Amino acid sequence: MSQKQIERWAPVLLGLALLLLWQAVCTAFRIDDYIFPSPWTIGQAMLEFSGPLTEASWKTFWVTMVGFSLSIVVGVMLGFLVGSSRLAYAAVYPLLVAFNAVPKAAIVPILIVWFGIGIAPGVLTAFLISFFPITVNMATGLATLEPELEDVLRVLGAKRWDVLVKVGLPRSLPYFYGSLKVSITLAFVGTVLAEMTAGDSGIGYLMQSAGSSQRMPLAFAGLVVIGAMAMAMYELFSYIEHHTTAWAHRGSNAS
Amino acid sequence: MANLHPHPSPLPHAGAGANAPALGPAEKEFVAFRDVWLAYNAELLAAGHFAVEAIDLSVQQGEFIAIVGPSGCGKSTFMKLTTGLKMPSRGKIFINGQAVTGPLKISGMAFQAPSLLPWRTTMHNVLLPLEIVEPHRSQFKARRKEYEERARKLLQKVGLAGYEDKFPWQLSGGMQQRVSICRALIHEPQMLLLDEPFGALDAFTREELWCILRDLWVEQKFNVILVTHDLRESVFLADTVYVMSGSPGRFVEKKQIELAHPRDLELTYTREFTDIVHELRGHIGAARKPVTPA
Repeated sequence: MSQKQIERWAPVLLGLALLLLWQAVCTAFRIDDYIFPSPWTIGQAMLEFSGPLTEASWKTFWVTMVGFSLSIVVGVMLGFLVGSSRLAYAAVYPLLVAFNAVPKAAIVPILIVWFGIGIAPGVLTAFLISFFPITVNMATGLATLEPELEDVLRVLGAKRWDVLVKVGLPRSLPYFYGSLKVSITLAFVGTVLAEMTAGDSGIGYLMQSAGSSQRMPLAFAGLVVIGAMAMAMYELFSYIEHHTTAWAHRGSNAS
Repeated sequence: MANLHPHPSPLPHAGAGANAPALGPAEKEFVAFRDVWLAYNAELLAAGHFAVEAIDLSVQQGEFIAIVGPSGCGKSTFMKLTTGLKMPSRGKIFINGQAVTGPLKISGMAFQAPSLLPWRTTMHNVLLPLEIVEPHRSQFKARRKEYEERARKLLQKVGLAGYEDKFPWQLSGGMQQRVSICRALIHEPQMLLLDEPFGALDAFTREELWCILRDLWVEQKFNVILVTHDLRESVFLADTVYVMSGSPGRFVEKKQIELAHPRDLELTYTREFTDIVHELRGHIGAARKPVTPA
């Protein structure tokens, strides 16, 4: 096996080893399933409740995607504004930081008062928790232009807009994709948070009710599903990033 | 320094320009600085703190001038003034007889850092100015083939034929700098401004690029303003070398280089050449004296 292949399979092997260790600890110390279920019982629960799990995860998935799409649109526009104007940067940035420091769990009850139980709090929480990294990364990509390059273009009669479109936007794309990878995982956190607090469906709600009825294996099964979904989306953006902005990753795959 | 204010000439033989007709029709004044002072902002202006002061300059059409001086003496400020990216606090600048009021599209610029766009190939980096400057901008789609051909020819001249589809990170530093110079020349500017373009290259690559720049200039006869702190470079390439003193930036010496064009690299090892370099070095030393406490 070559070095490359070993690197490729390393996370899988490590995952399997951890599962085995977990199973061994649970079996050896006879830990009760309603305290800390073993991988085996979690697997059984996943099979047994595959119907409700699929339904709940689909719900969580699309709520997250709606919220995430919102945060891409708002995050990009806000980042564009903040990154391209010094005044906007000075005015908006401190407020954004302050807002981002507010724990989103504290906002969910307010959203419920405003929008009631349903999908709206889930969508909005996913959005609120995930737009900030996109904004910051877009703004950074746009604001860190080389001044010489700007001079080269300005002397040709380029307007601010030209510089942004020809240089700023392509330049900030790697930052943008990088931020998507962070944001998508945060968006899942937001949706599940809202579902646990006040949902009537979705993985968060399922875990909440499984936990309160002592069905630990099912609650853990929910965790596994949510982790798998976030990881799949992360990998998807990673793939898109690599294939659209390969120029920014030349160190790893240089020809 | 000669005062070149365009007073109405009482002389009967006054020609088109302010210069004596004996110089011939090619000797037309192209760049003129009339007592130019620049402070970077209002505060510095009020404090009487100028980045460059009392700059008087007259550059003929097609002349290659070099500006040398210690670092931080306002050489780059001078470039910004010439291109219209900065307006003087006092005095006036004329390019081709017109007072400068904003960025000049007739100029191309290159800097010490090649600052190429990493997501564009060599070809598309060179084409970038044509996507921006008028009239090429509005014709870009229609005349794309022609422009690509022009870029290819230019790249060939600097020895980069066959590298059109390479990305900047696949090129060496010297090659990147050549691409940067092609980018500065693609819209056929009348004036090329170079701010220490070869400063980051090794000695051999630098000399190679001197020759490339020399050949391009001999062929196309655009105006060149080269800012550098390499005296050999300035003497080898330029018609006229201006020595600038450190803060505030002022011209302390103007030296015509009387060596015939085109110059060969061998020339740089002759006595005649090194004498000129040595003389200029003396002026730099003089220029530095007020800065270092005696």
